[in-house]
Amino acid sequence: MSILIYTESENNEFKKSALEALSYGKALGEKMGENVTCLSINSNNFNSLKQHGADRIIDIQNQSLEKFIVKNYAEVIHQIVISESIKTIILSSSANSKYLGAYLSGKLESAYMSNVIELPSEINPFLVKRTCYTNKAFSTTEIKSEIKIISVSSNSFGIIENVTDPDIKKIDVEIKSSDLKIKKIDKQTGAVTIADADIVVSGGRGLKGPENWHLIEKLANLLGAATACSKPVSDLGWRPHSEHVGQTGKPVASNLYIAIGISGAIQHLAGINSSKVKVVINNDPEAPFFKAADYGIVGDAFEVVPELIQKLEARNNNN
Amino acid sequence: MNILVCISNVPDTTSKINFVENGTKFDKNGVQFVINPNDEFGLTKAVWMKESHNAAVTVLTVGDQSVEPTLRKCLAIGADKAIRIDCSSKDGFSVAKEISHFSQKENFDLIICGRESIDYNGGMVGGVIAGILDYNFITNCVDLDIKGTNALVSREIDGGIETLECNLPLVLGAQKGLVEESDLIIPNMRGIMMARQKPLETIEAQNFNAESINQGYHKPDAKKEVKLVKADEVDKLIDLLENEAKVI
Repeated sequence: MSILIYTESENNEFKKSALEALSYGKALGEKMGENVTCLSINSNNFNSLKQHGADRIIDIQNQSLEKFIVKNYAEVIHQIVISESIKTIILSSSANSKYLGAYLSGKLESAYMSNVIELPSEINPFLVKRTCYTNKAFSTTEIKSEIKIISVSSNSFGIIENVTDPDIKKIDVEIKSSDLKIKKIDKQTGAVTIADADIVVSGGRGLKGPENWHLIEKLANLLGAATACSKPVSDLGWRPHSEHVGQTGKPVASNLYIAIGISGAIQHLAGINSSKVKVVINNDPEAPFFKAADYGIVGDAFEVVPELIQKLEARNNNN
Repeated sequence: MNILVCISNVPDTTSKINFVENGTKFDKNGVQFVINPNDEFGLTKAVWMKESHNAAVTVLTVGDQSVEPTLRKCLAIGADKAIRIDCSSKDGFSVAKEISHFSQKENFDLIICGRESIDYNGGMVGGVIAGILDYNFITNCVDLDIKGTNALVSREIDGGIETLECNLPLVLGAQKGLVEESDLIIPNMRGIMMARQKPLETIEAQNFNAESINQGYHKPDAKKEVKLVKADEVDKLIDLLENEAKVI
């Protein structure tokens, strides 16, 4: 028996989140006494999988899998689950992997656990720890179904190096044609996405208007960070919805979250609760964010942020 | 056009989250329950389609009697009919099975769920329904345009937006963007009065098995107090982030 990891790739490169899912799967395999099989679709450079614990790689090259059509990807996994008697499937928490997990759950009639943050504390019964109430709480949940589908929460387990020499097995799959077609993908190129970011710099209404966002962008750029915003800012149309962080927006689980001019409504704080280190810059010392942050500066964003930018530039130049 | 909107009854977004009975149950004391926000974006879109697509909108919840005020609110917002499948929800999977079983006989063109509920955050119900019924499934939807039996849908992906096209029937995972926050319908007196006349039907559950069981809940450890740095000493903040927190 083997644990199957769907290792997602983009432009022939395995995603960071996929390597985290693999690291999790490898550790789980050690705990369960099983090896790990990576599923690679339309990729041909397996180096990063070999560095993070892959025991086997299933290599699928198929034109009809060029675009992520959830039904087709689920069909591939279904076929592998049967042919390889897979009982545990590990996914990342990328948008596509979570999309796939939910659909697979119905197709395989098996439990799907999203937002899992740790290895199971026990295998029999199979107990996982996951976040719920939008990061305001954790639950310990028993997975009862024979096949278990798990999405590992981003940045929760980490990426662990583990050099292996995996067997590579090419498999042909049959894909039925689907009436669902992807017409267009609009993606910013070059920008760090919130899902992949180690650092997120986020702005709130305290920045007074979209014309001041160059401060957030510049700071983010210096730190290699993604940009985000509070709900009022996206509601006002200063920034796109995709940057809205919070309960009805995106969750953020970065290593560092810097909130500038964000007061810290409970819904916003819930969304960022999984971030490891939180910094707040706000001129109101009573802002609730100070209760949730690790580090804070009480001060005017228009003075503090340029100063921070200048010092970071100087630091980068010295390194 | 026949639309089903699946509704989850969740604690209001401002609720303080606490647990009772040794961490096994959510503390409902003093908590107001609302329509799950992601479901409400979907419901609003469905109500708009009553006029634009001559749609009939059914809302459905799997739950006990305590969810009925939330279903009444859906009727007041504009849904035509409400269904409650009578059982306490065990897990996302069994809820999705109940909905699939019910939907099989009804021939919905469109089944809308929220992207995820804000309490359990499972994000699975829509996908499971689609997987069981073998319908198309698109989640994280921020735009929907239906012409005849063809749907054009935009969905949020990591770092962008993807546009897809497919045939109905379709299961949709709604989120903010499908309609704007400012588009949400606050029921007026007429809507509330009319909701009282609309059917709220209770049907018997099939009581499918749960595939997962929550054993208990706990809250994150209390936070250490924030370390404040003076506004004119940003160097110190950089130093702390670099050498103490080790995050830059």
